[in-house]
Amino acid sequence: MATASANNRSWYKRNEIALTPWVFLIPGIFMFSLYVIYPILQSFWISFHEWDGLGEKTWIGLANYERLLGGDRKFEISFWNNLRWLVLYLLAIPMGLFISLFLNQKVFGIRFYKSLFFFPFVISQVVVGLVFSWFYLPNDGLFDVLVGKVGIDISGGILGNPNTATYGIIAAGLWPQTAYCMILYLTGLNAVDPEQVEAARLDGAKGARMLWYVILPQLKPATFIAFVVTIIGALRSFDFIAVMTNGGPFGSTRVLSFYMFEESLSEFGFRMGYGAAIAVVLFFIMLGFIGYFLWSMYQDEKGAH
Amino acid sequence: MFPTPIEKRSRSAQIGYQALLPVVLIIWLLPLIAVAVFSIKPDADFTNGNYWGWPSSFELFNNYGKVFFESDMPRYLLNSVFITIPTVIGAVLLSSMTGFALGVYRFRGNLLIFFMFIAGNFVPFQILMVPVRDLTLSMNLYDTKTGLVLFHIAFQTGFCTLFMRNFIRQLPFALIEAARVEGVAEWRIFVYVVLPLMKPALAALSVLIFTFIWNDYFWAIVLTQGPDSQPVTAGITSFNSQFRAAYHLMSAGSIVAALPPVAMFFLMQKHFIAGLTLGAVK
Repeated sequence: MATASANNRSWYKRNEIALTPWVFLIPGIFMFSLYVIYPILQSFWISFHEWDGLGEKTWIGLANYERLLGGDRKFEISFWNNLRWLVLYLLAIPMGLFISLFLNQKVFGIRFYKSLFFFPFVISQVVVGLVFSWFYLPNDGLFDVLVGKVGIDISGGILGNPNTATYGIIAAGLWPQTAYCMILYLTGLNAVDPEQVEAARLDGAKGARMLWYVILPQLKPATFIAFVVTIIGALRSFDFIAVMTNGGPFGSTRVLSFYMFEESLSEFGFRMGYGAAIAVVLFFIMLGFIGYFLWSMYQDEKGAH
Repeated sequence: MFPTPIEKRSRSAQIGYQALLPVVLIIWLLPLIAVAVFSIKPDADFTNGNYWGWPSSFELFNNYGKVFFESDMPRYLLNSVFITIPTVIGAVLLSSMTGFALGVYRFRGNLLIFFMFIAGNFVPFQILMVPVRDLTLSMNLYDTKTGLVLFHIAFQTGFCTLFMRNFIRQLPFALIEAARVEGVAEWRIFVYVVLPLMKPALAALSVLIFTFIWNDYFWAIVLTQGPDSQPVTAGITSFNSQFRAAYHLMSAGSIVAALPPVAMFFLMQKHFIAGLTLGAVK
């Protein structure tokens, strides 16, 4: 027995460097596979079924997808709203850049200002959503009062009007997202090479030209991260919609992530299969961006070796 | 430095800038300031239509007292604490291990596993929703804090691994080599060499995860229901239906719910921002 254990130990010792990473990885990989990787595959599987979440699953092949892509109005609305989110949410990037340029000074108390500007990002989207829905209240809301002074009257208020509700929610979402992009750019601006700026100044560059030709190229890593987090934030938008309009009025503010939730856990019954199919579509849209992100990371890794 | 430092500009530009800062800040935070003012207004102000004016009387203690003593808010807050703290510990622990394995060792599949964690971290929640809810139900953990914590730990491992691995990559590898030459066991290298060097990363991740989990709403409503296990984000929306149109109480509740991450952010600002801007500077 004693020799066997001694042998074991030496075998482990001999292979220690090869074995250690796996010992360290196993708990993480196990948890991640159980709660993330396997569920993705399961969702694909469920999307081929009709299922109420409790009883037996009935195999229906591609029927869910046919229904989804064959003229489901709610799906179309959600899809177009997702596109609106994607495009308009990107405004957070230039807005964040603008604020960061405004705040990139060394005056008394500027650190305090910077952190207060970042506030909206730290607060829960639920709270931000509630705050904005009061801000948008018809007749009494500050927004309605302000635009009323200019003579604009939105019937039902921003959130009560199907034509404006989605834009109102996106504006609320832009608030914290802009704060995030601002912080990314402030950090980026800190690392801008002062010698290059001085050299460009001697060559007579300033203002917009300096920004475009000298500063922005150096901010590329910050822009890249801002782009990734903004796109993903736009596609993940759920909290704002759930809190501010719950998909209404007349379903006009649904996005895919919200529609999926509604189908799967609605009060009218659990249509898990159909919900899973919506999630799969959303997943593939997101996968395009994730793929691009991973690809550029891979290029970096190759460059590092 | 860009834009041109203000101290190199004219005196009037400097004064103008200093004056503009608070004005812009107030406009930027206007919605929040409104809520803060809401939260100390008496109910009468709302029935009289005094939404946006100065409070007719200050009801700070009254309103916040109601939130703390006449609502479920304290329970929701406590739930949030019991969900957030274990998640932070679990996710940071797991990911410092995975980050160590992926950052220090060269083996087949290293990059593949790393990319699996990254990709999983960006996946839309909805593709996980039905199976994770099912899994939680089958483990008898539906509507428990434990069920929520386990999922959060697993999911956050994705982001945290990305963070930890990149951080470990920047450490001086010579230290690890030297320890190996001395014959130190690999796990001891992790505990005694790498972990102490990771303190800034551990701090950054802890604040970030704290904020993410405290603010989570989606999983709270998918995996739990009711004041026994729901965190404050979900609580505030049911609070919404309990005190319909009682804006003064709702505001006070929202402020209470928002305070812990805000306090965390102010206490650990440097780490928080270091965590968020990972990779933004190269």
